[in-house]
Amino acid sequence: MSYHKKDDEHDRNPFTHLEKTTVLQEARSFNEMPINARKCIIILTKILCLVHQGETFGTREATETFFSMTKLFQHKNVALRRMVYLCIKAMSTISEDVIMVTSSLMKDMNSKDDIYRGPAIRALCTVADGTTLQSLERFLKQAIVDRNVSVSSSALVSSLHLLSKGQDVVRRWVNEVQQAANNSTGMAQYHALGLLYHIKQRDRLAVQKLVATQMRNPALSSPFAYCLLIRYASKVLDQDPDGSVNEDIFAFLERCLRHKNEMVVYEAARAIVSVKNVTSRQIAPAVAVLQVFLGSPRPVLRFAAVRTLNKVSITHPNALKSCVLDMETLITDSNRSVATLAITTLLKTGTESSVDRLMKQISSFMHEITDEFKIVVVEAIRALCLKFPQKYPVLMNFLSSTLRDEGGFEYKRAIVKTITSIVENVKEAKETGLAQLCEYIEDCEYPALLTSILDMLGTQGPTTSHPHKYIRFIYNRLILENSVVRAAAVDALTKFGQHCEGVRQSVVIILRRCMLDSDDEVRDRVMFALSILEGGPAADITHMMLTESETEYVVKCTKHAFAEHIVFEYSVTNTLNDQILENAQVVMEGGEQEIDADDVIMIPAPKIEYDQTVSSFVAFPSDPTVGAQTFETRLDFLVRDVDPDTQEVAEDSYEDTYALEDVDLEFADFMQAVSKPNFSSAWSAMQGVAEEADTFNLEAIKSLQDAARNIPSFLGMATCEKSNVVPEDATRHTLFLSGVFVGNIPVLAVAKLAFDQGVSMELAVRSENEDLCTLILQSVA
Amino acid sequence: MASLYTVKGILILDNDGNRVLSKYYDDSMPTVKEQRAFEKKLFQKTNQSSAEIVMFEGITCVFRSNIDLIFYVFGSSQENELLLATVLNTLYDAISIVVRENIEKTTVLDHLDAVMLITDEIVDGGIVLEADPETLAVNATISSRDEGPITEQTLAQAWNKAGDILRRHLS
Repeated sequence: MSYHKKDDEHDRNPFTHLEKTTVLQEARSFNEMPINARKCIIILTKILCLVHQGETFGTREATETFFSMTKLFQHKNVALRRMVYLCIKAMSTISEDVIMVTSSLMKDMNSKDDIYRGPAIRALCTVADGTTLQSLERFLKQAIVDRNVSVSSSALVSSLHLLSKGQDVVRRWVNEVQQAANNSTGMAQYHALGLLYHIKQRDRLAVQKLVATQMRNPALSSPFAYCLLIRYASKVLDQDPDGSVNEDIFAFLERCLRHKNEMVVYEAARAIVSVKNVTSRQIAPAVAVLQVFLGSPRPVLRFAAVRTLNKVSITHPNALKSCVLDMETLITDSNRSVATLAITTLLKTGTESSVDRLMKQISSFMHEITDEFKIVVVEAIRALCLKFPQKYPVLMNFLSSTLRDEGGFEYKRAIVKTITSIVENVKEAKETGLAQLCEYIEDCEYPALLTSILDMLGTQGPTTSHPHKYIRFIYNRLILENSVVRAAAVDALTKFGQHCEGVRQSVVIILRRCMLDSDDEVRDRVMFALSILEGGPAADITHMMLTESETEYVVKCTKHAFAEHIVFEYSVTNTLNDQILENAQVVMEGGEQEIDADDVIMIPAPKIEYDQTVSSFVAFPSDPTVGAQTFETRLDFLVRDVDPDTQEVAEDSYEDTYALEDVDLEFADFMQAVSKPNFSSAWSAMQGVAEEADTFNLEAIKSLQDAARNIPSFLGMATCEKSNVVPEDATRHTLFLSGVFVGNIPVLAVAKLAFDQGVSMELAVRSENEDLCTLILQSVA
Repeated sequence: MASLYTVKGILILDNDGNRVLSKYYDDSMPTVKEQRAFEKKLFQKTNQSSAEIVMFEGITCVFRSNIDLIFYVFGSSQENELLLATVLNTLYDAISIVVRENIEKTTVLDHLDAVMLITDEIVDGGIVLEADPETLAVNATISSRDEGPITEQTLAQAWNKAGDILRRHLS
């Protein structure tokens, strides 16, 4: 048939300039009698064309058209009938009352003429709802085991669609599906196997049995069914690495390598090379067939083979020795993806001498390939730089030019990750890499990359020869970026201030300017940073677990004492793979101190993914004179559920609270135990500065040994001159104690112990600060 | 990967990148705007390319061009490339039989109803349904049962004709 006049050059295509209203107008002729089959087919084609072009239909116009379309069931033309099915499927989601075609379709489904039956089943299952489905069940079960392949396939595929839409009634047809899997031919084998697997997939033993049976099925012939069975078989291997059927599976996969269809051969080859812990010897036959594909005149085969071998080059580089020559010829392949994969494979398997040549080759067409392949290149370079560290100049040079290229987030992230890994592992490349990243953050458009680069500058920068170089780059981010990036910049600067005396002062000046930042979180971090940097070195660090180590969330508390502040760092680990915690904040209540709420700084952990540890902070002004305090603590957070299988993250989150162990703040937390190698000379040197002494009866302590253990730990001081060792029969003993109090104040003490029914102690304390001496004696009392 | 849902879409574009036919089987590109943007990128990468396969944005796409048309079949980037190529060749060969080996835009539009029926039967909702080009071509061109009784003989003739065309086409 011909829809247009050949000589009409202006409008050669009757389907490109379609007007929806005109076509719908034409569709009214569906109601005309007698039906003109050819004319109606053209109109139906036009309607489908509109759908293909992306035209949308209103419910009313769709319903009207749908209704007039049903009239065409009166005509017996096969093509017309099938076009009607197509339109029914296309309109089924827009039109109302689609259920009215059910009876017509059911009639066709049970027609004597096989040509109608398959397509009618497929159309019918598209419009069927739960209720209709029940009345169809009997017919569909019959259709599944029909001897006509097209009918059986249609019923099986439609059942799969229904099952994935949640119609669990399909599971009841398992006997018919089983029968179809055993007896069917052609594509129906493929569909029956797939449906059977879907029904049984949660039952591991049933899947194992299905695979074992089908591997022995002599009637299995469809290449598609073979591919599917290979996938199921490798799943079984994956889930049960020591299973009893594994030898059979391996034999089956090797048999498939000799199948006459390339699609099956390839599926088997890539299944074999992806088996966990497979040996080089086991993959050799698979590599051999892929090697043959490398020389194929068909680009698709070369592509598939080189892509798979590229993956093998990561796990078994030595297994590819025999392919090197074939790969070399692919370097200039007209399909750039093939060339890229060949070059990166060679980079991973080759020798150091070939690096320069290959890098030059790939640079010449880097701009022609898609991000996917650029990522492959960048990842190959990461591996390469770790393998041949002395090649870093040419590789870093290449990476630097890629950073300047156009590219999406994933590509840029791969580059940053690669440079980061090189900076961390190749000492010579460290400063070059950091300089490249500094240059990049000046115009990086991705906040996630900015924060990770800032974090890495904070970690790596302070130990370089010129740490001050990096301050300017970080400072620029502090002025120009959004609050998340600014917070990361503050953290990075803080690390520089903590670890490099030389830049501390300039960091403090910069941070002071940020005290008025518009964002709460940034301000809190600045305050926290300043309290550390201006407060002198930390006096003491103590750790304690606030949860059992096997619980959902593991929380560890580290106390940092400063002259002005005490900082509680709570590192929170999320051990649940189905949750992401957000805005996690440890809240402290109780204690003996009167603290103004404005003086408490609280910094939540913004986001804690599975198996990650992130810290939340609480800081407030410290007051050692208060004595021992106990705080009740809990973790407040938002939970966002994650599907552990698909990694899909829920849109909604909900609040939750987790109770933690109490946290104590004791005198010892303000003291750092610092031993003096020669105590007596240090003690003499302190003569003349403040000294206080007092005598105590230690009722809770039962022995001298007990006292030698408890007193130093209570005061947080170190015992010197091995005075912690008390001879067993001693009745008198002297402890020499030394420590540094917050604010960097050295303290020495001599504790003379005597045992006579109970333990008594004469404690003398020397330090530059008289109040401190008194405070220590008070704390013991 | 254990699923039968292997094909994400089938496209036939002309040499200006306009749609002749489009089928998207999953909801990864739900709006026409997203689909057109994808097609534009696809067309740029494949127009006048002999590569036969491209991979981008998580998609593997095999394609085949002839005179003024490009045929595409695409699936996930994890999909067996040769399986997608099999579907593409089935589509191409079945249409080729219908238009008597003369694939170009005008002939394909002349037989657009048959092309639509072929597409409908090759892939159903993302699942490969039929992979034999002759069966597809015959099913899509049987027009009428009542214009003369269909007999074993006429059916056999149609099969033979399809077989001849295919053999010539492949040789």
